[in-house]
Amino acid sequence: MSNLTVPAPSAEKKESKIGAIWRAISVPVLAVVTGLIVGAIVILVSGENPISAYGALFTGSFGSPAAYVEGFSIWFSSGQTGALVRAFYPLTESLVIATPYIFAGLAVAVGFRCGLFNIGAEGQFFIGALCSAFVGYSLRGLPMIVHLPLAILAGALGGALWGAIPGYLKAKFGAHEVVNTIMMNWIAFRLSDWLLKGPMKASGFRPVTPNIAASAELPRFFPDPIRFNLGFFLALLAAYLLYWFLFKTTLGFEIRSVGANPDAAKYAGMNIIRNFVLVMVISGALAGLAGAAQVLGVDHWVGQGFSAGYGFDAIALALLGHSHPAGVVLAALLFGFLRGGATNMQSIARIPIDIISIIQGMVIIFIAAPAIIRGLYRLRGAKDDDEAVLTRGWGK
Amino acid sequence: MKKFYLVMVALIVASMVLTACGGSAAAPSGGDTAASAFKVGQVTDLGGIDDKSFNATAYAGVERAVKDLGVQGKYLESTQQSDYGKNIQQLLGEKTDLIITVGFLLGVDTATAAKANPDTKFAIVDYSYPDCFGDAKEGQTCGSASEMPNVLGLTFATDQAGFLAGYAAAASTKTGKVATFGGINIPTVNIFMKGFQAGVKYYNAQKGANVEVLGWDTAKDDGSFTGNFDSLDDGRSFAESFVQEGADIVMPVAGPVGLGSAAYCKETGACMIVGVDTDWTVSASEYTDVILTSVMKKMDNAVYDAIKAAKDGSFKGGSYVGTLANGGVDIAAVKGASSDLNAELDAIRKGIIDGSIAAQ
Repeated sequence: MSNLTVPAPSAEKKESKIGAIWRAISVPVLAVVTGLIVGAIVILVSGENPISAYGALFTGSFGSPAAYVEGFSIWFSSGQTGALVRAFYPLTESLVIATPYIFAGLAVAVGFRCGLFNIGAEGQFFIGALCSAFVGYSLRGLPMIVHLPLAILAGALGGALWGAIPGYLKAKFGAHEVVNTIMMNWIAFRLSDWLLKGPMKASGFRPVTPNIAASAELPRFFPDPIRFNLGFFLALLAAYLLYWFLFKTTLGFEIRSVGANPDAAKYAGMNIIRNFVLVMVISGALAGLAGAAQVLGVDHWVGQGFSAGYGFDAIALALLGHSHPAGVVLAALLFGFLRGGATNMQSIARIPIDIISIIQGMVIIFIAAPAIIRGLYRLRGAKDDDEAVLTRGWGK
Repeated sequence: MKKFYLVMVALIVASMVLTACGGSAAAPSGGDTAASAFKVGQVTDLGGIDDKSFNATAYAGVERAVKDLGVQGKYLESTQQSDYGKNIQQLLGEKTDLIITVGFLLGVDTATAAKANPDTKFAIVDYSYPDCFGDAKEGQTCGSASEMPNVLGLTFATDQAGFLAGYAAAASTKTGKVATFGGINIPTVNIFMKGFQAGVKYYNAQKGANVEVLGWDTAKDDGSFTGNFDSLDDGRSFAESFVQEGADIVMPVAGPVGLGSAAYCKETGACMIVGVDTDWTVSASEYTDVILTSVMKKMDNAVYDAIKAAKDGSFKGGSYVGTLANGGVDIAAVKGASSDLNAELDAIRKGIIDGSIAAQ
């Protein structure tokens, strides 16, 4: 099986910095543009108008200019904030959706950096969310300064444990992490089904957890219904810390070395086994944090259907972001705005939300097969030494 | 450069088609009645709009209101939990007059939005307030009728129709065993099964028969459940094991899961199916041969009535309970029923309505 490769965003070339950046981002940017064009054609074929659809997508993800003007003018003239809050709602909601995407995208990205393919982010997301919810609702009377960090930590630990198991199996027994993370997903899904029906069920008949205590909620900054909360900034912080860890520390260098060439790393005296487990722990913790941010910041309770596949979309985010924390943040924002605007597009232009999945899917295909994009737009091909291995093939 | 030109040509053609479409598509939607029309919006649960179950049935009521009452209707699909609130906010932003939410999982978001927007009317299918979810104390987000006069809960006494189906099944079985199973053991599901078992028991008492019910026992408040509402394979295997235990009539209360059971019965000819929610000879007509009857939960009628009331100003909060008396629940025609059986079912229907027969 061939290796999945993308050009590395390495800037140490003789060409100008702008040229280097363009080389790094040209394929993702053009993949997104092409995805939108294909989406437009699909909308056209289904008998709708792509321009009005994308217009609705835009105002749904960023808010409509007219609403902003109206909101501010009402606020200035009468001091009432209702219209202003409503104007900002779409923009903030897109950022709310981007928050778990950032965490989950980082989770998969750090795995890629070490040559590990973590498909288990979805399961780690569920376990993290359930652990956070449990700490959130079972502990009462704690001050927020203690309760909130505990609840966040619980999510990270839950996810880390769920990631560590396949990491250990890989390091110790050579069991492929792709198979094991998928299996761990199923265990997580069924376990959460059982927990929601039994031990973690709220009183009443609905199979959901109790609401978390107010002291475990991530603070929100604006009046209802705006759900924008501290989680977004935590996600950015996580991205920065991961960047610092991967590129500024010895351990991060080791991880990247193992990812680039495990045999060479072994000869250099690096501990492959320890790095595999460590990376899966970090990856799982980040995915768990995605679940924690979602339950503590947005939903405040967990029911069936808590996630619509954040952990799987995260794979696309890591690819789209070149497994670089900054790239993952940008990709997560893009997906956040696409998903955020989809509601408005569905409502105003009557386009099924599935079209967004089609666009995302096309983007992923173009990212995974950059030759299509290069051929389509006549870009220069990537040089051999300009490739970073994301995952190694089977049986290694 | 060939490919590049090809792309350019495709884009130019697309944009030309686009502008042509744009002109014609804009015209009908910009009608002058749009501004004043009564707006109805439905927020679905995770099953989506074409689940052939409650989301679809509720929307059938909206569509009928669009046709008969001239209201504007639309739906927004939820793909995950956090979509509930977002979709409700979207409809609120469009100044929707009546928002219909489907399923008890939307209970919290519906109550929260209804309290914050007392001028907008809400109807929620399969749920009724007050229900003190979360940590709410009475008077917080419990949603009693006095607290939220703008919310109508739509619930259904499906045990009454289930009773009739149980009686009909007991009268029709050849093996002396009938069966039922559910998706998840929650009241909106097991209420079908409770009525079904009670109907069979009533038949036994009346006729001195000894028909057994597999898959549910009201005394234990437990029975057979697939644990999901989407696996057709589960529907098939549950039906198969009930047939092996000797049952020849199965009532699957698990949405589309039951279609798997119906497919099994059709292939083997070993069993008959009691449909739920809608008349399956209509909604799953490919299985008409093996449908004995259906327990109909007329959510479309309830939604339609709620829209009508909201439009003409007679909307009241609280809860609506669909019963045999008001036509909110019923069973479809029983296949191959003798005139005696039909007369008995009519008598039972009257008995349940006047209270002389208890449905559970």
